[in-house]
Amino acid sequence: MLHWLAQAENAKPLGLLIFFITFCAIVLWVYGSKKRGERLEEHKNIPFLDDEDASKDKSHG
Amino acid sequence: MAATSNPATEQYNFDIVRKFAIMTLFWGVVGMFVGVYIASELAWPFLNFDSPYFSFGRFRPVHTGGVIFGFGGSALFATSYYVVQRTCQTRLFAPGLATFTFWGWQAVIVLAALSYVMGYSQGKEYAEMEWPIDLLIEVVWVAYLIVFVGTLMNRKQPHIYVANWFYLSFILATALLHTFNNIAIPVGLFTLKSYSLFAGPQDAMTQWWYGHNAVGFFLTAAFLGMMYYFVPKHAGRPVYSYRLSIVHFWALSFMYMWVGTHHLHWTAIPDWTSTLAATFSIMLLLPSWGGMINGIMTLSGAWDKLRTDPVMRFMIVALSFYGMSTFEGPLMSLKDVNALSHYTDWTVGHVHSGALGWVAMISFGSLYHMIPRLWNTQLYSERLVNAHFWLATIGVLLYITAMWISGIMQGLMWRAFDDFGNLQYSFVESVAAMHPFYAMRAIGGMFFLTGMIIMAYNCFMTIRQAQRAEQAAPAVAVASA
Repeated sequence: MLHWLAQAENAKPLGLLIFFITFCAIVLWVYGSKKRGERLEEHKNIPFLDDEDASKDKSHG
Repeated sequence: MAATSNPATEQYNFDIVRKFAIMTLFWGVVGMFVGVYIASELAWPFLNFDSPYFSFGRFRPVHTGGVIFGFGGSALFATSYYVVQRTCQTRLFAPGLATFTFWGWQAVIVLAALSYVMGYSQGKEYAEMEWPIDLLIEVVWVAYLIVFVGTLMNRKQPHIYVANWFYLSFILATALLHTFNNIAIPVGLFTLKSYSLFAGPQDAMTQWWYGHNAVGFFLTAAFLGMMYYFVPKHAGRPVYSYRLSIVHFWALSFMYMWVGTHHLHWTAIPDWTSTLAATFSIMLLLPSWGGMINGIMTLSGAWDKLRTDPVMRFMIVALSFYGMSTFEGPLMSLKDVNALSHYTDWTVGHVHSGALGWVAMISFGSLYHMIPRLWNTQLYSERLVNAHFWLATIGVLLYITAMWISGIMQGLMWRAFDDFGNLQYSFVESVAAMHPFYAMRAIGGMFFLTGMIIMAYNCFMTIRQAQRAEQAAPAVAVASA
């Protein structure tokens, strides 16, 4: 295993693997929990927070 | 329309945003005028006037530099400084440094244009600037990073809004791309000429790693940052799905870096790099369309705004062009399609459907939203915005249609054989066949430029009416006292 890691040409598939796993973890994190999802969706109101009528909830539905 | 008191103009540093917004309009007019001129040179070659200073080869980087770095870059500085303040609810960090980014960036554009006309160029597409200008860009860009990150760190809002992620990734990626693509050895300390540290295929791969990621991060990610703030803000509705915007961001960030080599299909580079780039290009279709749908669906339930609001129309048409060009790009990255499209005008048409349809249109929409708020007034004329919208739309359509026809015809003519296995057409025959489409492209550009001039006039009048209202306000106050 260490020998494989030490080969320069293996850096590309290794990088690809690391990025792919990280990306899958992000997607799971974003869509994996309903409660977290609701908390994340609340951030979409940030552009309206410095408006004078910031107290209004502008969410869809 | 009289200006009223607006706490936002006092709460935030809008002075620097105003400066960049004005220069966006200025470089838009200049850069697009040079674009129309060089398009006309191709259709009517007498416009070269047999002078190297007027030649297509020298003016072409003046056009690309003027529109990408002058118009697009100034629009990004303006909107990023505006968005980061408003979404972090804090003033811009290090205002002196921000002012330095303004003068430094304008100096870069002017020096680059002068050097191209004088015949100095690295010969790298979209990175033609020679080494002293590259060093100036480096300093300005680090200052930009400090101002942006400093503002984020001073934020009063705990969460960093997604538009700022896109802006930050653009700043970081551009720093990396610019640095590594421009590693060069100057011929002497007092000469502008330098030679790249890389050679042959390595140089080509570094250049197109830079070139495509300049498209990916400068002309896409950053303008998506613009979209994620201004589309919801102008529509008065939050973005359709915040979670989708997060996945959009990470998918683009992971995938774009791999695709540059699709610019080098069928050349001396290793075949697997081509295949890898094409594969990632196809995969990029998913996040690109996810982002486009997220932007367009923000209008869900308020589609009537498209009929009544020309600014909203600019934004939604921009997103449609974003979707169209991010479909066309992966298609052209397929090796078999590329065998036909490469080196032809199809590529030029593709670039302009992204640059005019997406980048310019989303900038127009955002500026029309932002400029009245910066000067605390209302737009001088919505009818002029509407006229601009139609001129721009017709201009882009004329441009890309001409280039599709001419490009595909070019590709087909170049690879046509007769019964004896000889080339059926000489190169000059293919050039002659292009002529009507070169004229059509120049006319499309004229439409687009006319729209840009109308916008500059409309914004000038908007600013002037704000200044007049401001001057009148103390007089009214004194009279009523």
